[in-house]
Amino acid sequence: MEKLLEVKDLQISFQTYGGDVQAVRGVSFDVFKGETLAIVGESGSGKSVTAQSLMKLIPMPPGKIIGGQILFEGEDIVTKTEKEMEHIRGKEISMIFQDPMTSLNPTMRVGKQIAEVLIKHQNMPKADAKKRAVELLHQVGIPMPETRVKQYPHEFSGGMRQRVMIAIALAANPKLLIADEPTTALDVTIQAQILELMKKLQKQTNTSIIFITHDLGVVANVADRVAVMYAGKIVETGTVDEIFYDPRHPYTWGLLASMPSLESSDHGELAAIPGTPPDLTNPPQGDAFAPRNQYSLAIDFVKEPPIYQISETHFVRSWLLHPNAPKVEPPEIVKKRMRKLPSSFEQAILVKEA
Amino acid sequence: MDTDQLRKEDFELVGVKIEETEKISKPSLSFWKDAMYRFRKNKLAMLGVLLLALLIFMAIFGPYMSGYDYRTNDLTSKNLPPSAEHWFGTDELGRDVFTRTWEGARISIFIGLAAALIDLTIGVLWGGIAGYKGGRLDEVMMRTADVLYGIPYLLVVILLMVVLGQSVGTMILAMTITGWVNMARIVRGQILLLKNQEYVLASRTLGATTPRIMARHLIPNAMGPILVTMTLTIPTAIFTEAFLSFLGLGLNPPLASWGTMASDGLPALRFYPWRLLFPATFICLTIFAFNVIGDGLRDALDPRLRK
Amino acid sequence: MLKYIGRRLLFMLLSLWVIITATFFLMRMAPGNPFTSEKKLPPEIEANLNAFYGLDQPWYAQYWDYLVGIASWDFGPSFKYKSQTVNDLINSGFPVSLTLGIEALLIAVSFGVLLGVTAALFHNKWPDYGSMVIAVLGISVPSFIMATLLQYIFAMQLKIFPVALWESPMHTVLPALALAASPMAYIARLTRSSMLEVMSNDYIKTAKSKGLSRSAVTVKHAIRNAMLPVVSYLGPLSASVITGSVVIEQIFGIPGLGSHFVTSIQNRDYTVIMGITAFYSIILLVCVFLVDIAYGLIDPRIKLAGEKKGE
Repeated sequence: MEKLLEVKDLQISFQTYGGDVQAVRGVSFDVFKGETLAIVGESGSGKSVTAQSLMKLIPMPPGKIIGGQILFEGEDIVTKTEKEMEHIRGKEISMIFQDPMTSLNPTMRVGKQIAEVLIKHQNMPKADAKKRAVELLHQVGIPMPETRVKQYPHEFSGGMRQRVMIAIALAANPKLLIADEPTTALDVTIQAQILELMKKLQKQTNTSIIFITHDLGVVANVADRVAVMYAGKIVETGTVDEIFYDPRHPYTWGLLASMPSLESSDHGELAAIPGTPPDLTNPPQGDAFAPRNQYSLAIDFVKEPPIYQISETHFVRSWLLHPNAPKVEPPEIVKKRMRKLPSSFEQAILVKEA
Repeated sequence: MDTDQLRKEDFELVGVKIEETEKISKPSLSFWKDAMYRFRKNKLAMLGVLLLALLIFMAIFGPYMSGYDYRTNDLTSKNLPPSAEHWFGTDELGRDVFTRTWEGARISIFIGLAAALIDLTIGVLWGGIAGYKGGRLDEVMMRTADVLYGIPYLLVVILLMVVLGQSVGTMILAMTITGWVNMARIVRGQILLLKNQEYVLASRTLGATTPRIMARHLIPNAMGPILVTMTLTIPTAIFTEAFLSFLGLGLNPPLASWGTMASDGLPALRFYPWRLLFPATFICLTIFAFNVIGDGLRDALDPRLRK
Repeated sequence: MLKYIGRRLLFMLLSLWVIITATFFLMRMAPGNPFTSEKKLPPEIEANLNAFYGLDQPWYAQYWDYLVGIASWDFGPSFKYKSQTVNDLINSGFPVSLTLGIEALLIAVSFGVLLGVTAALFHNKWPDYGSMVIAVLGISVPSFIMATLLQYIFAMQLKIFPVALWESPMHTVLPALALAASPMAYIARLTRSSMLEVMSNDYIKTAKSKGLSRSAVTVKHAIRNAMLPVVSYLGPLSASVITGSVVIEQIFGIPGLGSHFVTSIQNRDYTVIMGITAFYSIILLVCVFLVDIAYGLIDPRIKLAGEKKGE
């Protein structure tokens, strides 16, 4: 598969009164053409910052990319100027935000908000852009698009607004769509509709999607691959099957164990991860997750864990995979689901020292 | 490789150490401490505080400094320019402008403070009760306030001064008769916003009484906007006093207020500019000080601006 | 929308009624009879005068006559200058005041918005500090001090503009500037804070994520939304321009309605004070009302809701 996006050792910090917050601390991942990568993590794990930095949408200052590269089709976005970014935003990469209630301009007709993208990136005359806006609204499943284009956002429901956002995002046929918690603010039934719509449109257009969420249930539904983020770092990446059926990082176990599911409800035991995420103005030594980790080792408090490879596609950042580490059992709920995947290597391979 | 040299005890299972997470998370500042911190960092606001402190100091001690009385005429020393004798010069009746300026500061600041406090009292009671009780009472109280709000402030003040005669008391009355409406609207808005929040509901389910909820939860939380509005009422009152004096509706002589001094000095501007310059400068400085303090408070207390 | 206009209209009339009633009774409470300050009149002449002005009638009849008078655009007579009615004063003075007011309004809005937008776009950089220093100064200097300063510097010292009077366009510059200074400062601050708030909204991020240029984002998405609070400030703004003009006209010797108002206050010409107050109130309330309607036209959210939703 062809790589569309390659993020290498990205580091982002924010200046605040209390000191620099190191929101993203060396994140690397790839996105291939046509796939959906989900980035999962608690709030404050740096997933949204990572996503917004791909379009250079984080406010700078106080935000700052202090290191790393974002290669989009081989070109580094980090070094691009604002002017150059204008030709990437909306045209090559576009974005959907969390809250459809606030992400549309309240005083501009919906049709015009869609047409803007077409006029900017496809040099469409106004009239054509208006016509195309109607088609796009129809495509995202909005009934009576001819009347709807002339309406203002407040005349739409939350789900309908998110559909409009999708229409805007996909108007110029971007190669990459970043969806930053697009369904979090919606009702569950609407959530499912929006996810279905995104999957359908992705099939039609072969767009790659980065899907940011804290909801593993949504991940199972949409993603091809998953990256789990904690405290500004990716702790585990793998295919959906690898993450759900053969997770290796204790944080991933924690997330899976705290996910309510139909099967687990019988036993009624939902495990919460104890404690709170660390303060990233002053990140702890060693593994940031160690203090909350019931499987932490003495070395976790001293030394950053290295990355181990479990399969072609599965990477984990944990000392537990070191040959000398004790064998530990994941929580019951996770263990029940675990199975041996054929793609796994015989033994974890150390790929990168921390 | 490096990892191969790790000792066996490095891999001992340790488990959760929650104290660690608690320990490293930064000490959380309380709302007021945080606000104070942000306020102190605002240089303009601190300049305002300094200015105000100086003005208040001079209002208290200034009138005794030069040894002249603010109302003793001395026709032998009329319209003298500033000198070692008379630091700010003298006016057309030979009175010492320095002493009169600080005497005027007392009156201007007193009027400002009194107007602000009266607005505060009526506004908080009216807005608080309307917002808290809600329903028909709220409807009636706020419609009344709306009607009063529609009445142009300065026109009311002018009318009342014409009818009631000119004194400090009538001036304060005139300024507050519709002035409180603004405060009431702000308080009501805050109360409505706060009263449905969980922590208020929580304390109500725990059986807290209405006055207790008001005193413990609502008023302290509505304090921010109230404080800002109050800070901005004071310069308005000082400005209004000057404006009235200018229309000939100011305080009667020999009382000195900045407004009367400025309007007396105005016709003499070409020949005796100090008679206007000093009171005018201090009017501007005082209004400036209160404005930047008010702005600073607003920025410091607005949680949306917290980064 | 109609319901909204109706409600506003009702409140406007109520406020107006309160003002007129209050004015009427306050003036009756005012010390002395309208003619007391003049030299002692023979009783029969005073009785004639009282009859002429309707003062011999009971208060409710006088009150009713006054309300009817105002409703039919008759603001009553002047006690001091018998040949003049309040309507005469309004007809001669208001056009002058209106010209001055509109000029000041245009200056205040255009420069205020310009300063505010500049400040917001260069947030925490020197243009921001510069604009805000101008704004804070503008707010801190009362209009009559500003007027005197401008007059002293530009007319008396530099002799660029005429010192006073109302004869040519050049005569209008200084008074209009003096009148515009503090509203301009308010608008600048309002625009700045509203721009900053709007710029932090998600839809600005959306606009940026579409690849629109910085100027397109600012002009098409930010400014229009940021103007909403400024538009609603236009009501109070017209109030401050009208009351401000009272002082400015006096200082520059402009024969506007404000000058007449000050003269009537200084002469204790109660009927004129009353009449001009009523006239000012009508003008102000109509301005506020028009601004409200305009706001409803600009903000599409108001049409359906029937009433302002949040801010």
